[in-house]
Amino acid sequence: MISWRGYLAVVVARFRVLLQYRAAAVAGIVTQIFWGCIKIMVLAAFFAVAVETPPMTFEAVVVYIWLGQVFLGLLPWNHDSELEELFRSGGVAYELLRPLDLYWFWFARTLAFRTAPTLLRMLPGTLFAVAILPVIGLPEWALTAPASVMHGLVFLVSFIGMVLLSCAVSILISISMFWMLEARGLVVITTGVVPVLSGMVVPLPLFPDWAQPFLQAQPFRGLCDVPFRLYSGDIPLELAGQEIAFQFAWVLVLILLGYALIAHARKRVVVQGG
Amino acid sequence: MIHAIGLFGRLYLTSIRAKMQYRAAFILLVCGTFFIGAMEALGIWALFDRFGNLGVWSLAHVAFLYGTVNIVFSSVDITARGFDTFGAGLIQTGQFDRVLVRPTYVAILVASRDVGLHQLGRLLQGLLVFAYALYALDIDWTVGKVLLYVFAVIGMYVFFFGIQIIRATMCFWTIETLELVNMFSHGGQETAQYPMSIYNESFTKFFTYVIPLACVAYFPIVAVLEVDEPLGSTMLFQYLSPLAAFVFFGCCLFFWFFGVKRYQSTGS
Repeated sequence: MISWRGYLAVVVARFRVLLQYRAAAVAGIVTQIFWGCIKIMVLAAFFAVAVETPPMTFEAVVVYIWLGQVFLGLLPWNHDSELEELFRSGGVAYELLRPLDLYWFWFARTLAFRTAPTLLRMLPGTLFAVAILPVIGLPEWALTAPASVMHGLVFLVSFIGMVLLSCAVSILISISMFWMLEARGLVVITTGVVPVLSGMVVPLPLFPDWAQPFLQAQPFRGLCDVPFRLYSGDIPLELAGQEIAFQFAWVLVLILLGYALIAHARKRVVVQGG
Repeated sequence: MIHAIGLFGRLYLTSIRAKMQYRAAFILLVCGTFFIGAMEALGIWALFDRFGNLGVWSLAHVAFLYGTVNIVFSSVDITARGFDTFGAGLIQTGQFDRVLVRPTYVAILVASRDVGLHQLGRLLQGLLVFAYALYALDIDWTVGKVLLYVFAVIGMYVFFFGIQIIRATMCFWTIETLELVNMFSHGGQETAQYPMSIYNESFTKFFTYVIPLACVAYFPIVAVLEVDEPLGSTMLFQYLSPLAAFVFFGCCLFFWFFGVKRYQSTGS
């Protein structure tokens, strides 16, 4: 096994490439803030007419929306198009030759692809949600601090779980390209399903009660619902351990699945292009 | 002019035929846009299921608004695709030079260069939601309302088309397509799906007077559905408001011609 330095180099190199697109990042930040405001206004309107007490407080919903906007880039709703190009051009043959384990090599690559643009975008978006909204007279829309220091700490742990889970899902999509050159099929399904099942579209607790058992059990919950509700205190601290274990258990399952699929694909890969 | 329209049609058909070369990918993408749209609609349904009606706006009322906006928006996505992919397709590659030397209208060549046929899925999804709204609402259609609705739909089409033109024109300066315009295209689509009256006052004003989105969606549709209008617009305003979209479109075209004049080639 080659030392971890190889994988670290992959992360750093991809970071540098992705940080080039600064204008795109600024545009992205403004758009994200705009979306956050629309979502909050829509939910505020619904909360204002609520007949029964909703299962979540409005404060918890606001946290949920802002964290969702700020960490948007971390979620596996799009895919690394350069990786797709490798399959199309036949470049995947070189990937197979590298003296690194293919799964972890792609994991490092995906980690950079997910985190580099997000880190760049995170600060201005957060600054707006935390500091600027109260100043312009909209304190009820602002992103508040975690419910307590303890909540903040469990959120951090859960955040790591969220990033790992997102990478594991992204790689499964990439691996699917071994089988279908046109991996868009799976991409299309994930683009539709992931936002809904993670809680990006509507916070999961607001879905009908009869759907809750299913929503609580599926892995995509670990992408938004678990970390965001730990932050706001919507999930009590007693349950934090259990929820984080749930997240990491799914990370493990999806990594093992991806590992097995890559091992299988290596044996029968057909390289395209010339 | 007639020649231009004929040419426009021919070029569109060529683009459609080009897309049809990859039949499997095409079908997959159509299913995809249908599916993504359906998932978003599911989110709206979930909110109504949890909270009940949004004041006077029931799920069916919002479905009417949502259906209309999505039908029009996907139609624009299909037909104005050439402007959408303008930055990457023509500016960054320097291909726009070639377009400029051709002896016909540049805007037509750009518009018909590509066709976003995969948005047919979204179109179909919008139509289904709209059909549900028509079935559930039992609207008392009069000639005036039908005319107003058609006027609003055309206005909305022109409005979103204008935004795509702005997106393309900005590439003359920025070279790459900026996500920023998404705020008014996709953001506008999202905003217009709900009644304007639920939003913050300054936000509503912005989308009425600066970017006339509410003039093609909310105001005329309030008149068609005959629901209470807390913003206090008059009937006359609701009937005439779609006019704003045509003025807006004129400004967009003007901006486009200005941009074309200032174009400096990139690429090698």
